[in-house]
Amino acid sequence: MDIFLQQLINGLTLGSVYAIVALGYTMVYGIIQLINFAHGEVVMVGAMVALTVIGALAKAVPGMPPFLIMGIAVACAVPVCMAVGYGMERIAYRPLRRAPRLAPLITAIGISIILQHLALLIFSRNPLSFPQILGNRMFEVAGAHISAVQIAIILGSVALMTGLTLLVYKTRLGIAMRATSENVQVAGLMGVNINRVISATFVIGAALGAIAGVMVGTYYGIAHYTMGAMLGLKAFSAAVLGGIGNLAGAMLGGILLGIVEALGAGYIGEFTDLCQVSWLAAGPLAERCADGGNFVLFGSNYQDVFAFFVLIIVLIFRPSGLLGERVSDRA
Amino acid sequence: MALLEVKGLEVGYGGISAVRGIDLAVEEGELVALIGANGAGKTTTLKALAGMVPPSRGSVHYDGQSITRLPSYQLIRKGIALVPEGRGVFTRLTVEENLAMGAYIRDDRAGIRADLERIFGLFPRLKERRAQVAGTLSGGEQQMLAIGRAMMSRPRLLLLDEPSMGLAPLMVQKIFEVIDAISKDGVTILLVEQNAKLALQAAARGYVMESGEIVLADAADVLLASTQVRQAYLGE
Repeated sequence: MDIFLQQLINGLTLGSVYAIVALGYTMVYGIIQLINFAHGEVVMVGAMVALTVIGALAKAVPGMPPFLIMGIAVACAVPVCMAVGYGMERIAYRPLRRAPRLAPLITAIGISIILQHLALLIFSRNPLSFPQILGNRMFEVAGAHISAVQIAIILGSVALMTGLTLLVYKTRLGIAMRATSENVQVAGLMGVNINRVISATFVIGAALGAIAGVMVGTYYGIAHYTMGAMLGLKAFSAAVLGGIGNLAGAMLGGILLGIVEALGAGYIGEFTDLCQVSWLAAGPLAERCADGGNFVLFGSNYQDVFAFFVLIIVLIFRPSGLLGERVSDRA
Repeated sequence: MALLEVKGLEVGYGGISAVRGIDLAVEEGELVALIGANGAGKTTTLKALAGMVPPSRGSVHYDGQSITRLPSYQLIRKGIALVPEGRGVFTRLTVEENLAMGAYIRDDRAGIRADLERIFGLFPRLKERRAQVAGTLSGGEQQMLAIGRAMMSRPRLLLLDEPSMGLAPLMVQKIFEVIDAISKDGVTILLVEQNAKLALQAAARGYVMESGEIVLADAADVLLASTQVRQAYLGE
């Protein structure tokens, strides 16, 4: 059986998480044109809080149903991350609202480092195993496997994306957010308290990040104080791929990136196996390639390369992203 | 006491003062025109009155209260609405969403719906395009939308910045008819215009601004008849 379908399922799972994280980047960018590089750390904080809560509950209340524990973990991670998101905007970005663009960007990197090292102090420098309380029921689909956790992640992401879309397109706050993202001053004339809308944007993005953190923690079974950095960069790539500032773009970009990454990781070994090249297999590598041996140049540990490869391609050929508007320069 | 009273208002951008200590007053229910050449400081004056730029000196009183340094999002709640220069419609929002933004400060659903119908009655073109994104509207339609949006907040004082700018003559006429109707409804209006003739014909009183200062203030028909205004602003 080909690994294609399996990798597609894995990619869809991963992509759902990227999409949820990418939304946090794109929402903030849409409103204040800031790339909040500390957003990945919010995801890490979400994972860490959930891990702590799950561990404590499982120990304190032995017979507690796993779904209830997960529910409580999410209910703890979300408000903590919302507070972190609110706090970073209030303390670090708001004073720099009128500063040149580079200043808040550097500050974002600073916040990211601070959050990482706070996590290091609190949760140790070692990878922590994320308690696997949900079990891992597997279902078979046309020869590929999909776990209950994967199903939960995909369905959960769809629900979050639907909810966010409704919020942004149907509610008063959502319309105000879109108005603010287009013209801050005129939104103010309409009576929108800009500071409040910006805070709300950070808080909503952080809530999504918290849930994404619980998802990746559960999926990989591991949490580490640096986990947010790579995840954040990939989600940022996904947001750029879809067109930064564009909500649908972030969702599409996230899912595409997850799939590209999973398929890439699945096939790269096969494609870079030098034993497939007949003159090498017959000549210099004859010894390695004998009896179905192989000489793989790049293995699946090169998985992380794909996201950035995609990012570079997008930046070269379609800087505005898949769904982004071609706005060359906004005044 | 006048509804709006401005005393010694100064506004500067980074050391350059665009408005240099002006006095003006608008009585409740009046339509007052503020005319002058490009760069005279008219737009800056309106921006300061609407809380978009902070004045560096002077005072602004509205309905007997000092509103000198209040931000726009609070001024709109007191009944001061600005239709900004260049219209400032939200081009990515639909016509209906733009109008909903106009009513952002209101909670009375029934009243909002009634006002929406009233605006659609005033501008049937907007009703036809209610579900369209505002960026697809013509300049004139966008100006109608911007005025309609401001009216959705039920303002007591309406500040209009160059409503005729860039519009075809027929559309300008239509816009001025609407301004007249709004004024007859009892809304107090301060109208900034480069089209001095039209503005003074619509207004009861006028101020003439030059290089950040008010150089003339009188009844509109007196200004229309004065040689100074005729030569400088009416091209006669």
